[in-house]
Amino acid sequence: MSTPTNTGDASASYYERARLWGLWGDRLFKGLSVFFGLLVLLIIAGIIIMLLIGAMPALQQFGFSFLTNAEWDPVNDEYGALVPMVGTLVSALIAMLIGVPVSFGIALFLTQMAPDWIKRPVGTAIELLAAIPSIIYGMWGLFFFAPFFADHIQPWMTSNLGGIPLIGALFQGPPIGVSMFTAGVILGIMIIPFIASVMRDVFEIVPQVLKESAYGMGCTTWEVVWNVVLPYTKAGVVGGIMLGLGRALGETMAVTFVIGNAHNLTWGLFNPGNTIASTLANEFNEASGLQISSLIALGLILFIVTFIVLSLSKWMLVKLGERQEGKKT
Amino acid sequence: MTTMTTGEQDAAKSVTFNMSAAVSNTAQRETIESKTDGIRHVLNVKMAIRNLNFFYGKFQGLHSINMGIPANQVTAFIGPSGCGKSTLLRTFNRMYDLYPGQHAEGEIVMDGQNILSKGIDLNMLRAQIGMVFQKPTPFPMSIYDNIAFGVKLYENFGKAEMDERVEWSLRKAALWDEVKDKLKQSGMALSGGQQQRLCIARTIAVRPKVILFDEPTSALDPISTLKIEELIHELKGEFTIAIVTHNMQQAARVSDYTAFMYLGKLVEYDHTDVIFTHPDRKETEDYITGRFG
Amino acid sequence: MSLYQRRKFVNYFNLTASILTTLFGLFFLAWIMWVLIVKGAQYIDLSVFTQITPAPGSEGGLINAIVGSLLLTVFGIVIGTPIGVMAGTFLAEYGKGYVFAPAVRFINDVLLSAPSIVIGVFVYEIMVMPMGHYSGWAGAVALAIIVIPVVVRTTENMLLLVPTQMREAAAALGAPQWKVIVLVVYKAALAGMVTGVILAMARIAGETAPLLFTALNNQFWTTNMNEPMANLPVVIFQFAMSPYEDWQHLAWAGALLITLFVLIMNISARSLLRGHK
Repeated sequence: MSTPTNTGDASASYYERARLWGLWGDRLFKGLSVFFGLLVLLIIAGIIIMLLIGAMPALQQFGFSFLTNAEWDPVNDEYGALVPMVGTLVSALIAMLIGVPVSFGIALFLTQMAPDWIKRPVGTAIELLAAIPSIIYGMWGLFFFAPFFADHIQPWMTSNLGGIPLIGALFQGPPIGVSMFTAGVILGIMIIPFIASVMRDVFEIVPQVLKESAYGMGCTTWEVVWNVVLPYTKAGVVGGIMLGLGRALGETMAVTFVIGNAHNLTWGLFNPGNTIASTLANEFNEASGLQISSLIALGLILFIVTFIVLSLSKWMLVKLGERQEGKKT
Repeated sequence: MTTMTTGEQDAAKSVTFNMSAAVSNTAQRETIESKTDGIRHVLNVKMAIRNLNFFYGKFQGLHSINMGIPANQVTAFIGPSGCGKSTLLRTFNRMYDLYPGQHAEGEIVMDGQNILSKGIDLNMLRAQIGMVFQKPTPFPMSIYDNIAFGVKLYENFGKAEMDERVEWSLRKAALWDEVKDKLKQSGMALSGGQQQRLCIARTIAVRPKVILFDEPTSALDPISTLKIEELIHELKGEFTIAIVTHNMQQAARVSDYTAFMYLGKLVEYDHTDVIFTHPDRKETEDYITGRFG
Repeated sequence: MSLYQRRKFVNYFNLTASILTTLFGLFFLAWIMWVLIVKGAQYIDLSVFTQITPAPGSEGGLINAIVGSLLLTVFGIVIGTPIGVMAGTFLAEYGKGYVFAPAVRFINDVLLSAPSIVIGVFVYEIMVMPMGHYSGWAGAVALAIIVIPVVVRTTENMLLLVPTQMREAAAALGAPQWKVIVLVVYKAALAGMVTGVILAMARIAGETAPLLFTALNNQFWTTNMNEPMANLPVVIFQFAMSPYEDWQHLAWAGALLITLFVLIMNISARSLLRGHK
């Protein structure tokens, strides 16, 4: 076969067109992708700016006392963020107390103990916990978990823990099941898949030689985990925990279902309460004027807090990742 | 793409080793001095590299390289890893331009144009200078489309023309008989050696003037390697070829000229048989005899 | 107890605890699924798919909410995906040349877990307030903002898995970079990128919080994105929290539908990725 030849002038103009398409297509495509990359930054900036603008009337009216005022009184138009802020923190704290150890246990099981044929289905099942919409957790919590909790667990806790000095007061409240504590427990279950999958991933990166040399010295599995795996992955583990915390702070629907949405500040965890997110979900649509501005101010506080927590989480994970990179080269 | 005129092709084919009576009247003509016969060879040089320096950020990867790549010959680049041979090859089609922070200084003149100059259209340049990589890199598409992809970029072909071009390039790459019944199958499904020949077919399908081979057989088995080497030998009739290899036997087998590089410098450049039999420099001799530290 | 025995005991104790925590997690998954299937299946019948949401005490279904959810989800994906893909392309293909690329990557990961209710407030302020009414479009935009970081993340990851040599090989043929990316790199990463979009779809299909202040709800049939729009999550929320039993029944039916949809999306995304590998 002979070398094919090009056709004449028609192909020359096509060639030129193709060349220009390449040049301008490149500029356009690159420009678009840079623009949309920047759009991600614009979205976050937009969120912060819009929240600030919306919150401004309330912040001007109440100043710093907005953060410390426990009142939330639509009748007299007086609002303070203290109760929902405390509720958000307390429910998230309860969630962490449950979520962190359970997630650690699951990650430990999946990475150090489970045989391969168990690993994948169980890992997938745990991840599916994250896929279930939060509204489903809410319904299940309201109709099944809360009654079960009120009937079987809460009485036991009140009678056994309620008498302890200092912390006993925490375990008081009406046996209705709808409470700060229930919300915290459900949040705890909801954040398990997030923390567990980060922990599992970071546990997997521990070099085999490191673990083997510890086993070689006669360490038990637990000792290897505690003395080798955990210290090696510390940053990642903390990152995973922070991610879970960020999730717990901002979770809305599940909490709204089971927390009872009462605006009160008590020691008893079995009392109904509220969080920033649940207050927004409940009141935003009916609110106007100063109330809506106060609600947006609540949203601003929530956004800033989760932003910081999630940034720390990300930073920790990046740090671990960079150390990994360093090791490889 | 412009076709070579018959005159050019003839000139390119008959690389002459006359005494350098002829004055280099174009940028294409360069001389190579060979010490064995003490004569200066006027070659039809496809690419003239002058005072080329290359930088990865602040690190200098190449130091004032001067050489000519002769047209329709195979020029091999050898040297220990990290010597800059791949770096040099990647300046020929400005592949380094894909990465911020890498830049080259100096001149590489092809067809009267400095390809390192700012105004060069890189896509056009690369359409004229094909490259085959270390690992076979078939695109995730059918065998046919793998080849049509490059052709479609700059040629407005109908189905028949495209079919013809695909067949031509597959035949050139000695792959036609193996794949003619499965052109619609994925290129990824071929064996490693076949994939590499597919990549060669894909490269010659756009009919470049120069083909760069960057260690094309280092991921292949000996039999596939042999096939690729035969192919390279045949292709030089139509294309100017530059090949980087870490395998000295390969350089000796396929190339007409060999350049030995070390630490980013061009140490020695001559006829392949000269390099392998009477190297001028101690480093070259150490390297080809395997005494290299 | 000797030191060795104590060490062994601690080991067994902790490993047992680790198995128990796994069972604990699985137990809740099983419980929730069991409840959903038992309660949901009981109340799913033909009228759910043929009638619109009723007033308390009368016959009805969820068709307006189902269609509304589909519309909102589809438009959320349609708006969010191109933005996410382009931003992910920016990070993977052009990021090295730009100082703000790490910031985009960082912020994107924060956005990935940002509270969705705040996104609802944001869209309320930029769309609902200026337009003067709730609308399907506002809901779709809120969902799109949730889609973007998911798609950015998977797009970047998947593009980075494509070997550099593949890009170089295409560029070496003279292909302009945009053709290298669109015709070769995207093609190589397609399965992974589709997975990202499916995961994003699963994520927004169940999102409630950002719709509360944007699409709101609509007890009537509408496909007009300019009006408030019924959607499963908000209907479920409203009906489940109501004192009316027939509304609660519909809420269970909707809950099962939405969970099935989300889980099927999730599992198919996973198997798509696995099949590709």
